[in-house]
Amino acid sequence: MTDTLTETTAPAAAGTAPPKPRRRLSDNVVGWLEALPLTLILLCFLVAPIIMIVIVSFWTATEFSIIPAFTFENYQYLFGSSVTYRVFLATFKYALITWACTLAIGFTVAYYLAFCIRSQTVQIAMFLLCTIPFWTSNIIRMISWIPFLGRNGIANQTLIDLGLIDQPLEWLLYSDFSVILAFVHLYTLFMVVPIFNTMMRIDKSLIEAAYDNGASGIQTLIHVIIPLTKPGIMIGTIFVITLVMGDFITVRFMSGSQKANVGRLISNDISLLQYPSAAATAVVLLLTVLIVIGILLRFVNIRKEL
Amino acid sequence: MDKRPRGFYALTVFFALFVLFLYGPTITIGILSFQGPGGGLTFPMRGVSLHWFHDLFEQQAVGDIWGAFRRSFALGLMVMVATVVISVMAGLAFRKRFRGSGFLFYLSIASLVIPSILVSLGVGLIFTQLGLKIHWATSGLGAQLTWTLPFGLLIMFAVFNRFDKSFEEAARDQGATSWQTIRHVVLPIIAPSLLGVALFGFTLSYDEFARTLLTAGSYNTLPLEIFGMTTNVTTPVIYALGTLTTAFSFLIIGVFLFTVWFTAKRRARHGSDAGKGV
Repeated sequence: MTDTLTETTAPAAAGTAPPKPRRRLSDNVVGWLEALPLTLILLCFLVAPIIMIVIVSFWTATEFSIIPAFTFENYQYLFGSSVTYRVFLATFKYALITWACTLAIGFTVAYYLAFCIRSQTVQIAMFLLCTIPFWTSNIIRMISWIPFLGRNGIANQTLIDLGLIDQPLEWLLYSDFSVILAFVHLYTLFMVVPIFNTMMRIDKSLIEAAYDNGASGIQTLIHVIIPLTKPGIMIGTIFVITLVMGDFITVRFMSGSQKANVGRLISNDISLLQYPSAAATAVVLLLTVLIVIGILLRFVNIRKEL
Repeated sequence: MDKRPRGFYALTVFFALFVLFLYGPTITIGILSFQGPGGGLTFPMRGVSLHWFHDLFEQQAVGDIWGAFRRSFALGLMVMVATVVISVMAGLAFRKRFRGSGFLFYLSIASLVIPSILVSLGVGLIFTQLGLKIHWATSGLGAQLTWTLPFGLLIMFAVFNRFDKSFEEAARDQGATSWQTIRHVVLPIIAPSLLGVALFGFTLSYDEFARTLLTAGSYNTLPLEIFGMTTNVTTPVIYALGTLTTAFSFLIIGVFLFTVWFTAKRRARHGSDAGKGV
């Protein structure tokens, strides 16, 4: 490994002519050159598309094509329909319930990993065990709930065998329950990782100090650990809330197309080629998400937390 | 040290249940994909067979899943390389105070939190309005990068925040140019983290659905193909496909983790050469 270092890095062996004075570019220029590819990608594939959506949201559409125009009819239609409000309400409901569940589970798991496991190897192995599903397909993970929750699925069979119910429960699959279950299944990880990350940086002596001063386990948790873990909780919250609010596929698949959220409103319009109407809904969704994040960001400085 | 904190065993049970919750469903479809030819989408197993795996290789039964797999694999590699290169460059940039760095940082975070369907819709609209051909390797690649790059960048931030600058200063004191310092000092030190970035780049692309939906054009990637199957396939063949792709993901993750572990070990062995002279 290290021999590569010696062959080229020692320039102009000592004794020969001093190296030509190089003109050093300023940090500003070099910085921008290095950041240029990232900037270009984000401009072309993030900023421009958002601008395009905002523009198209004022256009009008026929059954076959979209026509440039400047009309508010998409927004008027959107805000004039009671469906919109119901769907936004449902979206917030999914986000809130999923947030509460992922926070409770994620915090407990992170706490266990950070404070109860003493061997670092075991800790890393367990942490990886929690993160690996993140690198596998979300759609497959949704599909895999079907044999579990279906009418004749494992859950119903078990409950019947135990004598707890006489008839299979109908609300296990294709319901709000299955939608939220899938969200929790998919996104708890986004809580575990940032919370674990902040917990690992808590100075253990603070916790010992709390115990030494006679604090109980619960008191230490509430007055020491939770306040110090807040930044991780906020980052996890931002992830979970935005993922759930922007989702359309989980709701469609896990509810068997019986439930709706804003993302599905957009994707339905898209499948009907009603792009301007989809764009208008998308703009409202984006503003909603940004407002929520804006509020959450008041509680945490992300850049400091990495 | 002293005794386990109270509640340790309760928490252990909780953690075990959480892991079961994470992996249980996947294991279930893994078992069910070996369903006999007469079997359905749920238990009981009607015999054990490779019938449904065999079905995957019959073109007419499931559509073009092998073509979709090839495209997803190629796209995953493209996204992986682009993510590693661009994230490292941007990571280096953010160590300097350049004007507008705050703005670029928040733009990257925005890329992470803006709903995927907006990116998909917007990129699709731009390409159609400009008369460009929507194709997984152009519009699809760009749309996926808006998801993988922020992750890459966050990892680079974490890496450089813990980076010991004295190594670079030492190199510079010895007369290394900036490029030489990066090539021979910085990159070798951060190499294991780059594997992490590569893993994120590949797997996130390989499984990406929402951002590819309207940007893949006429040829589907694997997740799109699988999603298409969920609406019209009602046999365990979909479990067989799910089992295979998940096994493939595990294989990729395994290879990456092994490489990281191996490099770390090798490093520990070759460790420091201080005092050995040049």
